[in-house]
Amino acid sequence: MTFKRFVEIGRVALVNYGKEYGRLVVIVDVVDQNRALIDAPDMVRCQINFKRLSLTDIKIDIPRIPKKKTLIAAMEEADVKNKWEKSSWGRKLIVQQRRASLNDFDRFKVMLARIKRGGVIRQELARLKKENAA
Amino acid sequence: MAPKKTRTGPRNPDLVPGIKKFSRSKMYHKRGLWAIKAKHGGKFPTHDAKPAPQPDVAAPEKAPKFYPADDVKKTRAKPKKNNPTKLRASITPGTVLILLAGRFMGKRVVFLNQLPSGLLLVTGPFKVNGVPIKRVNQAYVIATSTKVDISSVDVSKFDDKYFTKEKTKKAKKTEGEFFKSDEEKKSVLPQYKKDDQKAVDTALLKAIEAVPDLKTYLSARFSLRDGMKPHQLVF
Repeated sequence: MTFKRFVEIGRVALVNYGKEYGRLVVIVDVVDQNRALIDAPDMVRCQINFKRLSLTDIKIDIPRIPKKKTLIAAMEEADVKNKWEKSSWGRKLIVQQRRASLNDFDRFKVMLARIKRGGVIRQELARLKKENAA
Repeated sequence: MAPKKTRTGPRNPDLVPGIKKFSRSKMYHKRGLWAIKAKHGGKFPTHDAKPAPQPDVAAPEKAPKFYPADDVKKTRAKPKKNNPTKLRASITPGTVLILLAGRFMGKRVVFLNQLPSGLLLVTGPFKVNGVPIKRVNQAYVIATSTKVDISSVDVSKFDDKYFTKEKTKKAKKTEGEFFKSDEEKKSVLPQYKKDDQKAVDTALLKAIEAVPDLKTYLSARFSLRDGMKPHQLVF
């Protein structure tokens, strides 16, 4: 039950409430007991309450309150984007976003595909059952 | 750098109705009048006054023949314009629409054209889902983002008159006929309407069959299932 993800300078976090909902940010400084200064490559640096952040496993190596250029360079070096998109949390988020953006026709096509897949699985299962029984 | 904010409200907002936030001197500064004056060498740029129109010497003013006893208001003729209902931006010719009410509730249908009355002209196509060429109100329709190529379809012959019911002449009933049960006058669909339907549909079907799964999509009805939140769905 030890803690593994700490609030520290360079910790990558996900904003889970507010105007910047869903954005990946980096903690660049701690303001006080409740707030941190966060920054992201395409965002103006701002303060945010810790309660609005969900910490991730990713940490990058930056000095306290780096310049935008330094921050972007450090993020490229640590390959934050790819690490995030490969992580199971990141992959789940991508799937959620994809599902939410499906239009009516897409949802119909997905339904047809699921029925088809189910049919193939059931066929295979029936075949295996038959083999086993024999 | 923080992004430049475009002006959202008035420069001098009302604190309370009737009381503005900034004084005259502050507003003078905010409007930049000092900068305009400095640009034009200390003076505010003015236009020269237009010369007053010279009174026509040849025709002196005549006394009017009639002075009305009461003040009569001058009415201005306002031509009344009847425009068709404003079409939602998401509805363009070829859009697949979902009908929300009526016999064909839930059917996915192709939008052809807006008629002068404001109603939308739609067709199933008939062979695909049984919806004929009909008129539909924009309010009872969800527009999806799926579009069908409609360039090969000619819809110019359809207008509101095409869809009005034909007036059946009521012959006066004699006593004997009164007690005869009304023979069911079945309204048969005139052949020209069936031909029109075919003409529109054959052109449309080619475009529909070009897209995989689109035909089965149009023949299926739309319904809400578990977990579907209409306000969060993207159509």
